[in-house]
Amino acid sequence: MGSQGGIGQSKEFLDLVKSIGEARSKAEEDRIVLGEIETLKRRLVEPGIPKRKMKEYIIRLVYIEMLGHDASFGYIHAVKMTHDDNLFLKRTGYLAVTLFLNEDHDLIILIVNTIQKDLKSDNFLIVCAALNAVCKLINEETIPAVLPQVVELLGHQKEAVRKKAIMALHRFHQKSPSSVSHLVSNFRKRLCDNDPGVMGATLCPLLDLINRDVSSFKDLVVSFVSILKQVAEHRLPKAYDYHQLPAPFIQIRLLKILALLGSGDKQSSEQMYTVVGDIFRKCDSSSNMGNAVIYQCICCVSSIHPNPKLLESAADQIARFLKSDSHNLKYLGIDALGRLIKLSPEIAEQHQLAVIDCLEDPDDTLKRKTFELLHKMTKSSNVEVIVDRMIDYMISINDNHYKTEIVSRCVELAEQFAPSNQWFIQTMNRVFEHAGDLVNIKVAHNLMRLIAEGFGEDDDTAYTHLRSSAVDSYLRIIGAPKLPSVFLQVICWVLGEYGTADGKYSASYITGKLCDVAEAYSNDETVKAYAVTALIKIYAFEIAAGRKVDILPECQSLIEELSASHSTDLQQRAYELQAVIALDAQAVENIMPSDASSKEIEIDKNLPFLNDHVERAIEKGAQPYIPESERSGFSNASYLNSQDLHDIPPSHGLRFEAYELPKQPSVPLTTPPISIGSSNELIAVPEPAYDRGNQAAVSVPSSSNSGPAEVKLRLDGVQKKWGRPTYSSSSPSPSAAPSQDTVNGLTVSNGATSVTPAISKGRETTYEPTRKSQVVEISPEKQKLAASLFGGSSKQERKSSLGGGHKTAAKPSGGHGAETSVKKMAVPAQQPPPPDLLDLGETTVATSGPLIDPFKQLEGLLDMVEPTSSTNNHGDVNATKVPDVMASFGDTATAVEHGGNHFSSIEDVDNLMSGLSSATTDVSSDGGIATPQSTAQISKGPNLKDALQKDALVRQMGVNPSSQNPNLFKDLLG
Amino acid sequence: MGIRFILMVNKQGQTRLAQYYEWLTLEERRALEGDIVRKCLARNEQQCSFVEHSNYKIVYRRYASLFFLVGVDNDENELAILEFIHLLVETMDRHFGNVCELDIMFHLEKAHFMLEEMVMNGCIVETSKSNILSPIQLMEKTS
Repeated sequence: MGSQGGIGQSKEFLDLVKSIGEARSKAEEDRIVLGEIETLKRRLVEPGIPKRKMKEYIIRLVYIEMLGHDASFGYIHAVKMTHDDNLFLKRTGYLAVTLFLNEDHDLIILIVNTIQKDLKSDNFLIVCAALNAVCKLINEETIPAVLPQVVELLGHQKEAVRKKAIMALHRFHQKSPSSVSHLVSNFRKRLCDNDPGVMGATLCPLLDLINRDVSSFKDLVVSFVSILKQVAEHRLPKAYDYHQLPAPFIQIRLLKILALLGSGDKQSSEQMYTVVGDIFRKCDSSSNMGNAVIYQCICCVSSIHPNPKLLESAADQIARFLKSDSHNLKYLGIDALGRLIKLSPEIAEQHQLAVIDCLEDPDDTLKRKTFELLHKMTKSSNVEVIVDRMIDYMISINDNHYKTEIVSRCVELAEQFAPSNQWFIQTMNRVFEHAGDLVNIKVAHNLMRLIAEGFGEDDDTAYTHLRSSAVDSYLRIIGAPKLPSVFLQVICWVLGEYGTADGKYSASYITGKLCDVAEAYSNDETVKAYAVTALIKIYAFEIAAGRKVDILPECQSLIEELSASHSTDLQQRAYELQAVIALDAQAVENIMPSDASSKEIEIDKNLPFLNDHVERAIEKGAQPYIPESERSGFSNASYLNSQDLHDIPPSHGLRFEAYELPKQPSVPLTTPPISIGSSNELIAVPEPAYDRGNQAAVSVPSSSNSGPAEVKLRLDGVQKKWGRPTYSSSSPSPSAAPSQDTVNGLTVSNGATSVTPAISKGRETTYEPTRKSQVVEISPEKQKLAASLFGGSSKQERKSSLGGGHKTAAKPSGGHGAETSVKKMAVPAQQPPPPDLLDLGETTVATSGPLIDPFKQLEGLLDMVEPTSSTNNHGDVNATKVPDVMASFGDTATAVEHGGNHFSSIEDVDNLMSGLSSATTDVSSDGGIATPQSTAQISKGPNLKDALQKDALVRQMGVNPSSQNPNLFKDLLG
Repeated sequence: MGIRFILMVNKQGQTRLAQYYEWLTLEERRALEGDIVRKCLARNEQQCSFVEHSNYKIVYRRYASLFFLVGVDNDENELAILEFIHLLVETMDRHFGNVCELDIMFHLEKAHFMLEEMVMNGCIVETSKSNILSPIQLMEKTS
């Protein structure tokens, strides 16, 4: 059968297909299709169309819809074709209706009957065609019409039917789980079907079921494991092989299921280790499909209870993915890294350069995946770099969906890890400026609260500084065209509260700016409302301070314009502004105390100040107030507004009694405060008469009322992120925690800070060869980026190695160690010195020639320093002792240089030394130049250590240690 | 659900086959096809075969003038889907013999039948080529 069309296809059909195929533009295609619609409309009403011809028409209808035009005029003919006795025609009819109709279409009812009939057919192919239609067309209401038959078909002698029947049941479960909840046992039964196709298909519904409720399928772990084992051992028919791999799609689905079942369940996980390990080992890593299975294994390993050996294999495979030239594999590698990083945070460091390559790749897909990874590994030491990068990227893209996602990530990270308030405000400014419309309004409220309340420490000057810098930054930004509304609201609020607070800017300057905003965004009522309220505050502070208030002409005209506004809210504000200006200092001080935004307001919901008024009204014959919840027979309609605010069970059903007379005025007067009190985000405190629908009710004091005239952000629901006590608890992600208690089950915890330097080192050396080849081309910027992204964890390592004894079993093998050393010594010679990126200062210059790359050298130092402390790890190696250690170590190294039997001499010291020993060996055999250098480094130990510690400090705080964040500092270095 | 849709589109962006596993209206399909085809066709050979699009991913693969695009949920194994596309092409190849764009156009319903055997409810249910093709062969024999 060639491309010339099959037997029985008419010339007309062939011509149509050809002309569509040859259409060179969408417009031409549209013209052909429109012509075809006209033709078909005429043809389909002709009487006595032969069946074969009709089938062709139906397929032409399918073409019309596929190319984006409506073919509903012919749907009924497709429905009719499902009745046909001829199998081919019937199936074409079913195919067409499944493509045309959705499950709620009116015509479905005409098909259900046919389906029922066909499900009983003797011809298994007809049954299959009907089951295909069941999967697409049966909705919740029609399930009962076919359910009994479908269940019966589960036992059909043909495996194709059983397979489709189980999928129909799966579909019912997707549509309405309750309709088949009593049939779940059937899924279990089909898992043991002797046809592998049916078994494989059954895994689909089981995966869904297990996803919903893991616990009730724990008993199947053994079965799944044994099936997977058989599949992996090539026990399925050859037909299921894909490029010599045994049923890889089934393997993948089983691995997904095992990942769910083993998650957080040690006992189940232990049953899986062997089979997963086998697949890791056996799977062909040269093909895409093999890698797909391996990737699924990694996903499984990172989900189930951790097993060190499997984690190691997973890490090896990830390394292979990341090193691959294929972008697809890199993508999977980055994804897998993100999964594994939760279990072994140190793994990311080995791949820092690969990760940075992916981040800077022009391929958007890879870049986004890498941002996802960075998001997972953010901590306070690298938050600035990461969030900066994210925002840069966010600005560069147009896709609103992804923009929103990345914005929320930025905000989340910034709130969680911000190294300083200053930085937070600046970051938020950038976010708001470029994506303000995509930010949740709560973020804006949080920012305002932060500016109002500061970090929570008691330093007043820090407060003032923070606020002034916020004001400064806003005055700089305010002139920019087209700022998002949310951002303008923040700006107006901050300018109103703190614009004149430090005396740097005059009231007329600030009010002028606010008027500009109100004018420039004249169709945004919320912004205008914020601006007017800010004006009120500025004037009130001026009056309270006893200064004379000069109202700018543009301000005057704004007030006049707004007093006549269509918005009652803006009118109200304008009148309030006028009223405030007319008051004397004493009164203003009372209604607008300065800097009151951060004070808590007590709300007495009983409104005692109204008692007199109420009593008087009752004496005059008014009816006493009955709370809404106690009122009976109130019409449903009157509850509409308040239903979501109160816990009143809505009374359904019709009401037959007559309505009562309208209530006395005193009743509605007392109700509003209650509903205000329970409104969601903002509590507009006291005005009972105040417009409740007013969204911009921030800080509008009403002079017509006697209550504490203030409005405040209500933050009790908001997570406290800035106070000292909650800071550490608000960073739950494992990578964020500065001290790791367990790392893939291998480490021994060592008090507060226990990390596995030796293990990670050992692994790092394993990959040295590739890194070596990469290193040569690495640009200084990349190294800088790597240092700032991954630096944090290496600092941790160092800290622990200096701080306390650690014992670890892993030993870097001599061979790898040698490679490491070669790299370390060889690279600097080829590399010009990048800009000073680690604060090593003069030490660097003193120990190494100008050609040595400080970054690489630091790495070298790490290796040197670390084994040193481990030699003494039997006792407590504290910081003061280190110099001695260094000195003694220096001796050893010298001895090595002199003696020919360096290996034996080192082996005495410690296993961990072996890496180092070979390093020295290599160096000395290389020639005389390098060896004295390393000795020099070592003897300079104490100095370097200081520099490193200082550097670690800087990194971990993300800011200069002397600056304003002592809390953070303490938490981290504790 | 897994697979949300399978599309075959030629390099001019014209749809050659479309199968959706969740209901979309005609307008939604048109808009979606326009969007993703533009996105995927603009990419070069070295780049990933995966593209993120709103809340799902597209895995695509090119065979001569024809692009195969599969929309999948985020938790799907992308590389496996990429190979699934190849399996589909191999299966069509076995049936049509050196399959080309025109084969699919002239035998649209058969291409759909194959998909019906391979994917149900958005899940891959059959991967054995003989199992996929035998109903179609039987059908051809009887009619």
